[in-house]
Parts: sequence; structure tokens; C-alpha cells
Amino acid sequence: MSNRETNGEPGPGARSDDSHGQPEDLVTSGFPILERTDFSDTTFLLEILHPAMARAAHPGQFVIVMADDQGERIPLTIADFDRDRGSVTLVIQAVGKSTREMQARCRAGGELFGITGPMGIPSKVSNARKVICVGGGLGVAPIFPQARAFKEAGAYVIGVVGFRNRNMIFWEEKFREVCDEFIICTDDGSAGIKGLVTDGIENAIAAHGDIDEVVAIGPPVMMRACAEVTRPHGIKTMVSLNPIMVDGTGMCGGCRVRVGGRIRFACVDGPDFDGHDVDFDDLMVRLQRYKPEEQEAMDRWSEHCRRLAAAPATTIDTGSN
Amino acid sequence: MARKTIRSIPQERAEMPVQAPDLRRANFDEVTLGFDQGNALLECERCLMCPQPACVEGCPVNIDIPGFIAKMIQKDFRGAYDHLTDSTLLPAVCGRVCPQEDQCEGVCPVGGSLEPVAIGRLERWLGDKAIAEGWKKTSYIEPNRFRVGVVGSGPSSMACAADLAKAGCAVTVFEALHAPGGVLRYGIPEFRLPNSVVDAEIGNLEALGVEIRCNTLVGRLFTIEQMLGEMDFDAVFVGTGAGTPKFMDIPGENLNGVLSANELLTRCNLMHADDFPNHDTPLGLGRRVAVIGAGNTAMDAMRVSLRLGAEEVHCVYRRTDAECPARKEELHHAQEEGIEFHWLTAPVEILGDETNRVRAIRCVQMELGDPDASGRRRPVPIEGSEFDFEADTVVYAIGTSPNPILGQTSSIRLNKWGYIDTDDDLATSLAGVYAGGDIVTGAATVILAMGAGRRAARSIRRYLGIRDSEVVYQPERAGFDGALFGMDLAEQNFTHIRQL
Ligand SMILES: Cc1cc2nc3c(=O)[nH]c(=O)nc-3n(C[C@H](O)[C@H](O)[C@H](O)COP(=O)(O)OP(=O)(O)OC[C@H]3O[C@@H](n4cnc5c(N)ncnc54)[C@H](O)[C@@H]3O)c2cc1C
Ligand SMILES: Cc1cc2nc3c(=O)[nH]c(=O)nc-3n(C[C@H](O)[C@H](O)[C@H](O)COP(=O)(O)OP(=O)(O)OC[C@H]3O[C@@H](n4cnc5c(N)ncnc54)[C@H](O)[C@@H]3O)c2cc1C
Ligand code: SF4
Ligand code: FES
Repeated sequence: MSNRETNGEPGPGARSDDSHGQPEDLVTSGFPILERTDFSDTTFLLEILHPAMARAAHPGQFVIVMADDQGERIPLTIADFDRDRGSVTLVIQAVGKSTREMQARCRAGGELFGITGPMGIPSKVSNARKVICVGGGLGVAPIFPQARAFKEAGAYVIGVVGFRNRNMIFWEEKFREVCDEFIICTDDGSAGIKGLVTDGIENAIAAHGDIDEVVAIGPPVMMRACAEVTRPHGIKTMVSLNPIMVDGTGMCGGCRVRVGGRIRFACVDGPDFDGHDVDFDDLMVRLQRYKPEEQEAMDRWSEHCRRLAAAPATTIDTGSN
Repeated sequence: MARKTIRSIPQERAEMPVQAPDLRRANFDEVTLGFDQGNALLECERCLMCPQPACVEGCPVNIDIPGFIAKMIQKDFRGAYDHLTDSTLLPAVCGRVCPQEDQCEGVCPVGGSLEPVAIGRLERWLGDKAIAEGWKKTSYIEPNRFRVGVVGSGPSSMACAADLAKAGCAVTVFEALHAPGGVLRYGIPEFRLPNSVVDAEIGNLEALGVEIRCNTLVGRLFTIEQMLGEMDFDAVFVGTGAGTPKFMDIPGENLNGVLSANELLTRCNLMHADDFPNHDTPLGLGRRVAVIGAGNTAMDAMRVSLRLGAEEVHCVYRRTDAECPARKEELHHAQEEGIEFHWLTAPVEILGDETNRVRAIRCVQMELGDPDASGRRRPVPIEGSEFDFEADTVVYAIGTSPNPILGQTSSIRLNKWGYIDTDDDLATSLAGVYAGGDIVTGAATVILAMGAGRRAARSIRRYLGIRDSEVVYQPERAGFDGALFGMDLAEQNFTHIRQL
């Protein structure tokens, strides 16, 4: 197609400066990256300037990001938002082409081509008195605003987060501030308890007979395991589903999941669902559907990086295209 | 000039160059290449200049068809364009995608014994000419103090925004996706409606001073109520389309390789999966694609699949070709391109392999039974007629339902199907909020959406108390020679006649 140069162009990029007295904070193109922090060699944080979104965001919602004009639209949970700074925070795990490219290119001072949101129905911060907030893998950051919201609502919050080892740990202080109890689980026992987050949940359930609700965010296997742990106790368990998405506005149906025997679109009907009703097998199968293409993109990207590394004069730009 | 009769006009339609089927099925270039000026003028000669033109009645926005054709015959192309764009704002789009055979061309008396006048192709030629020449109808606009917010950027929103901008309002369009145009951008593929045409129409809007803000999901970033409140818009138009795809709930629907036509088209048209891996969005269709449904969306999905390299593309439709709701030209082109049509066939199950990928689709043969409420004969399954055929991808194109986001986030009243409830003036239950297009009517057509956008703009002007320049300055159509008090039509904008 010959429209690559023009697509997205006479878009918002060329907009004049607020001729109609728009609320000034309504950024709609070229989203500045305020800060970047690397937690480990795969996990990094980006803080994006978007005051209107910071004001509108609620725990449990997500955004769709396009790093550059040829990028994919990828969904990322809003891990934090700061209404005073007018920013939203994303914590990203570099797992494939798009996220690794972002890891290589997104710097403080650079820009994202697109970020849209907040999307999805905000998590219901119920009036549960005692909750366990569980995060594992890419779910650690997104569980934070939920834990904070429960704390603000007056609940007794038990945080359970899982990392592979102590070097991967981040936000421990932040969590401790909003959790009444905080349990870290590591695969190798190098910090906290040795084991999976499910062990942490079992411990917490054993210690407290009166848990009202569990909220779990992480890879599908983990969320399923959490739902299975709580099922015998009859504890309500909310999970946040992460199917493959395109638009995030309910227009494509790519994000459909099976919940309670019905088809639901995670982007507009979720992303939170009752974990005891979710068909996790279905979700996991559907997450595999572009495996060959993802691999191809990844291989090409690695090759590209290798070539860049071999030619030291070339510098990687900031991705602001 | 002697009155033309059906005998005296050129009997054959002027030739419309088309890319050969075996060539075009491998590229995304436009299928029909458009008239040249000679052929356009030749086709104009076929119009009888009916005193009471049926075509105008048949057109949803009542374009003065003989009027613009007459100007074309005089080679006053600019005048013809201005005349045309009095009624339609997107001629290059509508000329390409309107179902003319059901509208203007369907009632043209020339069609009684010959092919009707190729009105759509003439419209397209004029629209393309205007883009090529850079014609714009931007007279001096006197700004008023009103600010109007428009939600969505499809044809209904584009039309509404243009009319309000011309009336002097400061208009801001909010689009959820990263590129404007609605279905024109993400749905209708390049070979039928090039993105350059959509860009040109969006450019025209911007030339009118309309501000377009993408990446803005209304309802979630801010609500309609907030637009009227803290954001200080005086009125709002909602044209969010009927985007949510339907599925059938048959076994196997969640297998990998089953997707909606919207997803397929979005991945290809908006995200450029045809250029994977240069663009990051994948599609991966496999060799054999089966598309369920036979509307415009289905045709587009099938023809896109072909162009993405599918070797076999099948269409599964439970009624017959006579009931097929797609534009006739598209059906014809699809058949030429080698798509296999299975009429009177309905899917009952999608079969997968051990890796949960689609392997085949199980269908049942149908026969036509008694007429249903719509008067069409209802297809009923023939018992024991199940058969399987192999497919790697199954695409659903069986219609859409309304997008739920505005319903979730605002108190606007919806009807029982979830579409926005409006009165005849397209006013919604919220004061100052108007709606039109697919989100009100359900999936319809570009021209109807555009017409609704203009109607809503009229209502909004009335609501805001803006004097209706059309009423004052629009002369009677019949016999109108293009000038009023010596003033050119192009200058007829409000009371100001200074050309930009
Ligand atoms: C609601 C939601 C919230 C999410 N929040 C976060 C978050 O806060 N932090 C984070 O690191 N990740 C998050 N993800 C997952 C993230 O979107 C994917 O990791 C990312 O799209 C992978 O892209 P890639 O090109 O780097 O990897 P790829 O190589 O393309 O894919 C790696 C894996 O990611 C999944 N994936 C691929 N494309 C998509 C897509 N478009 N949408 C969803 N999943 C996809 C697939 O299962 C795939 O196997 C979230 C996903 C959803 C749906
Ligand atoms: C594949 C396909 C082919 C078609 N072919 C033809 C054809 O040949 N001829 C014809 O006449 N008609 C055709 N149609 C139908 C025609 O395109 C539609 O009827 C028409 O586009 C409807 O216009 P609209 O303005 O109501 O909305 P749309 O064009 O649907 O645009 C709505 C826009 O609003 C945006 N939006 C939605 N929700 C929000 C929100 N909350 N905030 C901000 N933005 C939002 C959407 O992203 C979208 O861009 C086709 C449709 C499809 C899908
Ligand atoms: S109905 Fe046909 S012949 Fe008559 S004016 Fe219209 S286009 Fe011309
Ligand atoms: S992501 Fe397209 S419908 Fe949910």
C-alpha cells in the first residue's frame, strides 16, 4: 500500500495550538515520556505525560500504546497515575518484538506515537473488609493501584507478589506503604518465601479465616492457579484478563474470552472477570494464535539489533519517529 | 437543444477501465480505475435531463443529479463540483461506495431498456478531479461563539463537522483510533477506497478549521456529560458507528483462526498487516479462507484475503445470490476474482486440529421456505445435508451490534437494541446532544450516515440559534443557474462573500 507516509498523518500531529481553547491538558499526539526506570533486564517503567488520562484513570483500566507509526497497538495496564504530575505509569515486560523494541527505544525525553485510554471497566473496589491482592510477572505493577484503592477504602490489605528471584523485585516500599501485610514469593527462595504466589495465598488464608475477596493479576496460568486455590474456600476471586487486542474499543472481537459459558469482549466488558467463571484454557489457547508471526518478528528484530551492534557508529533513536 | 430520447443517447455506457481480475487479485491497487474526461463527458450525454428526475428522489441526500451533469456537459467542472457538494460532502467517497443500483441508478428511466446513467462513476470522477485540482469550498467563515464536540470520525461525523464549521462553529472531532475516517479508514479496503481519498476528505475538513483529535476514547477519557459541562462544548454530535461484531455461538468459534471481518480488515487496512513484518501487526491467514456472510463487509474480507495470498476463498451464505446485500459491483468483482460462493449454506460447527487451530468448517445445506417478516423467504436447513470443507481461517461477517462504551459511561437513552434513541431531529435524551449514523440506525451506508450527520448539523444550528444560511440563501433548485444576485454558488456562505 502506498499510504504509509500519509496514514495517521493529516492526523493530530499537525494540529495548531489550541485555537479553540481546548482544555490544555488534552494531549492527543506525540505523548512525552517523562521518566524511565529499569527494574531488571526485562522489566521497565515508563511515565507518560497525559494529564487528562491521569485524571480519568481508575485502577484496573488499561491503555493501548503504539510506540511508533508502524508499531502494533499493544495493551498495557495503567500501573499508576499521578493526578498532580499529570502522568500515567506503565510497567512493561519485554517479551516480544514490540515490547523489546520499546525497551530499546523509549527514553525519558522521547515520545510515544500513540496512547489511548483509559480503557476497560474500572475494577470494582468492593467494600470487602479483608482482601488479598496478588500479582505475578507482568501483573505485579497493575495490582498496585488496586491494593492502594482497597487501602483507601478502608480494607485490610494483604499483598502477595511473586518474582523469579530477589534481583527482580521492585516497588517493595510502595507496596508496603499500602499493604497491612506484604508477602514476597520467589521461585528460588532468595527473598521472602520460597514458592509460588499460590503458596502465599494459602498461607494468608490459613492465617486469616475471614478473607472476603482475592484479586489476582498475572499470567493466565497464575490466575487460574489462584482461582483454583480459592474455589474450595468459596472466596470471590477477581482476575484481569489479557487476551490479544487490536483496537481496545469493542470493534474487532479479537479479545473475546469465554466467561461463564458466554462470549465477552475483554476490552469493553472487562478486563476484570470472576476468576471462577473464566475459561482459562480458552484464553491460553487464543494467546498462542500468532506464535509463528511473533517469532518471525522477534527474529528479525534480534537480527536488526545485532547488525546495529556490529556497526557502532549508528545510534538507536528514541523511537519518537 | 432538442430533447434527448432514449433512442438518441449513446446506447452503451462509457467504458470504465478495470484492472484485470488475475492481476488485481494480487495487489491492493484500485480495481476500477475511473473515467477519463472524455468518457465522463460521453456518459453525461446519456442523461435525459428528466424534468422530474427520479434519480434525485432515489438519492438519500437528493443530489441534483441532472443539475451537476448539465454543468459537466458545459465543461463547467468547477460549477458541477460545487453543485454536487451542495448535497454531498464526500463525492469521491460516495461515488465509489454507494449502492447506486438501489438508489439513483436503480430508478433512472434509462435503466428501463439500457444500462442506467453511471451516476456514481460521474460523481467519483468529479470528486477525484476536485482532489487533483485542489478545489475546496471554503468561503470566508465568520466564527461564532459556539463550540461543538463531535464523537467519532466516520462519515456521519465528517458531514456534521463540516456543516457546523461552515456555519462558524469551532468544531473538535474526537476519534478513538489513531487515524480518522471511521469505517472509511479501517473497514473499506484500499482497492475500493484508497486511503489517499480519505486523507483528502479529512484534509478538506481541516481546511474548514475542524480540529481532529485522535487517540481519544470518549466515555472513558471524558464523558459526554463532561463535554457539555467542564469542557464547555455548547453541543455534541455522536457518530460512533455500530462497530461491535457479532458471532454465532456455534461450537469451535474460539479456535485460533476464527476472527471477525472487522478484525481482519482492521489488521490489514489500519495496521497494515499486509506489510508484516515491516509493520508489526500480524494476520496469518493460511491457504484457505472461509467467510461467513455476503454483505459488503464479507466481500471486503474475502477480497482482502485473496490479496494477502490466500489460495482459496469461500463465501458461505445461507440465502441465495438474489438476497446478497452487497453492492452488485462488488459481488461481480468478487466472482471475477475467483471467490467460490456457497449459496444456501450455513455453518454449524468449526472443527479444529490438536493444536486448536481451525481445520475445517462443517456446513448444512439450506432451502428456501416461507417468507419471513422481512418478506424474504426464510432459509431452512435440509436434514442430513451436512458436509465439511477444509479451511485454515474462518471469518465472521454476519453483522454488528452497537458499541457499548457510551451506554456504559453516560446516561444517554438507548433503545432496546442498544442503539442511541433519537427523535426525528436526531436529538437524544440529553439536551444539546445529537446522534446519527450507524449508532442510531444500525449498520447502514455511507451516504445515509452522511445524510444523518448533515441533518444533525441542521438541528444543532437550530438548537444554538444560528441563523440558517441555507434557508435564506438557498434558491429553488429547479432551473437554478448557479448564481444568485450575480453571486457564485461557491461564495454562498452565510453573508460573507470574501473568498479565502
Ligand atoms: C488488558 C491487558 C493489560 C496488559 N498489561 C500489561 C502490562 O501492564 N505490562 C506488560 O508488560 N504487559 C501487559 N499486557 C500484555 C502485553 O500487551 C503483551 O505482552 C504485548 O502485547 C506483547 O507484545 P510483543 O510484540 O512484545 O510480544 P509478542 O511476541 O507479540 O507476544 C508475546 C506474547 O504476548 C501476547 N500478546 C501479543 N500481542 C498481544 C496483544 N496485541 N495484546 C495482548 N497480548 C498480546 C501473546 O500471548 C504472545 O504470546 C497486557 C495485556 C492486556 C490484554
Ligand atoms: C467493511 C465494510 C464495508 C462497507 N462497505 C460499504 C459500501 O460499500 N457502501 C456503503 O454505503 N456502506 C458501506 N459500509 C457501511 C458504512 O461504512 C457505514 O454505514 C458508515 O461508515 C457508518 O458511518 P458512521 O459515521 O455512523 O460510523 P463509522 O464509520 O463506523 O465511524 C465511527 C467512528 O467512531 C469511532 N468511535 C467509536 N466509539 C468512539 C468513542 N467512544 N470515542 C471516540 N470515537 C469513537 C470509531 O473508532 C469510528 O472511527 C461498509 C461497512 C463496512 C464495515
Ligand atoms: S433519472 Fe437518469 S436520465 Fe433522468 S435525470 Fe436522473 S440520471 Fe438523468
Ligand atoms: S480489542 Fe478489539 S474488540 Fe476488544
